[in-house]
Amino acid sequence: MIAPNAVPYLPRGVRLHRDHVRDRWVLLAPERTISLDMIGHAIITELDGSSGFAQIVDRLAAKYDAPAVQIAGDVQQFLGQLAERRFLEVRA
Amino acid sequence: MKVPAPLAMLAELTHRCPLSCPYCSNPVELAARSGELTTEEWISTFKQAADLGVLQLHLSGGEPATRRDLTELVKGARDAGLYTNLITSGIGLTEKRMQELDAAGLDHIQLSLQGTDAEMADRIGGYRGGYDRKMQVAGWIKDIGFPLTLNAVLHRQNLHQLPRALEMAVEMGARRIEVAIVQFYGWAMLNRNVLMPTREQAKEAERIVAQAREDLKGTLVIDFVPADYHSDYPKRCMGGWGTTGLNIAPDGQVLPCHAAQTIKHLNFENVRDKLLADIWYQSDAFKTYRGTDFLPEPCQSCDRKKIDFGGCRCQALAVAGDASATDPVCVKSPFNEEMRALAEDFSAEETAEITYRTAAG
Repeated sequence: MIAPNAVPYLPRGVRLHRDHVRDRWVLLAPERTISLDMIGHAIITELDGSSGFAQIVDRLAAKYDAPAVQIAGDVQQFLGQLAERRFLEVRA
Repeated sequence: MKVPAPLAMLAELTHRCPLSCPYCSNPVELAARSGELTTEEWISTFKQAADLGVLQLHLSGGEPATRRDLTELVKGARDAGLYTNLITSGIGLTEKRMQELDAAGLDHIQLSLQGTDAEMADRIGGYRGGYDRKMQVAGWIKDIGFPLTLNAVLHRQNLHQLPRALEMAVEMGARRIEVAIVQFYGWAMLNRNVLMPTREQAKEAERIVAQAREDLKGTLVIDFVPADYHSDYPKRCMGGWGTTGLNIAPDGQVLPCHAAQTIKHLNFENVRDKLLADIWYQSDAFKTYRGTDFLPEPCQSCDRKKIDFGGCRCQALAVAGDASATDPVCVKSPFNEEMRALAEDFSAEETAEITYRTAAG
């Protein structure tokens, strides 16, 4: 679980990339390419290296006019999976 | 079938290498330095690859650090928009050169490991002092902050070192380790009697990897290439022939996989003569085994047809004598019994001696 004040960020070697040939956003990582849907892309672009998890959730909730509790669950799951595969780091 | 654009490209910048590992994936007939693509030719190929849809570029060899223009090539690849990965033994890299690679935008380093101590590593690599140098390079990788994958190549001689290799990956700060049991192509074909793991070793490796994946969850990602000859089903070779990736040989030949030149009836086109996109979509070498139409029974009626595409073409040729046959690793192959017997026999040859890879001209 990522704590509300913890700061999730993409470590060196993981970067967002526009795949023009396939008309989509991807995360490029060592030996892996992760295709991002609209929600995944929205979450990744909120990772600015200084915002805490709760702030990111609040911004997404406002942007998509959805309850923060629901957004928090989705973001937690999405980022948790990335962290487990070492595509995401979290600063306490 | 609609032909997808390739996602990954392996650029074998050179066949030259200070090491002489007996499982080198380079062909037994090595390309000479004089025939290697120039800096400009490589960079043009990188741009064409990016336009074609390639996202990931692997700079390999031989030892890519043998190319004096490596930094320039990395910069060219990054400018083309490619995720740039360096596959190296570390030999030939200095701290200064690595700082230059850092400035050029290198995304990731994959460092090979021939053994977990100098005695083993230098014996397998055939290069004295190689292990100590590699450890120094690993230190620089950590200092500079390059994301690292440790690539442990394992076989009968060093499979007992797998637990230590996993520890080393964590100590080096690697996020990822590839635990690759030797696949038998190129020089490894000449060394099956030295390298073939026993069935017990293959099983033990699977157990160790499964346990480590639990213990190191979130710390170290483990990619595992199991012992081919001891498996029940073939690997999904290259993610499907001519559908996911391509290789460029040092002289510019475009190959569907690094061992494809063993299939003598295929004719490979060259980036010096044709555009990469034309070669990918139009050339016979890529079309011949693309998809599943060429496959015989038992593949045609098998529900794994779309999972493994009948396995590896080069292995089908090497063991079953026909590149369009079912990969003999498969339990359904008529040659599977022969494959298992080969594995048993080779793994029991206790006095076998290493045939080292020779130098590229």
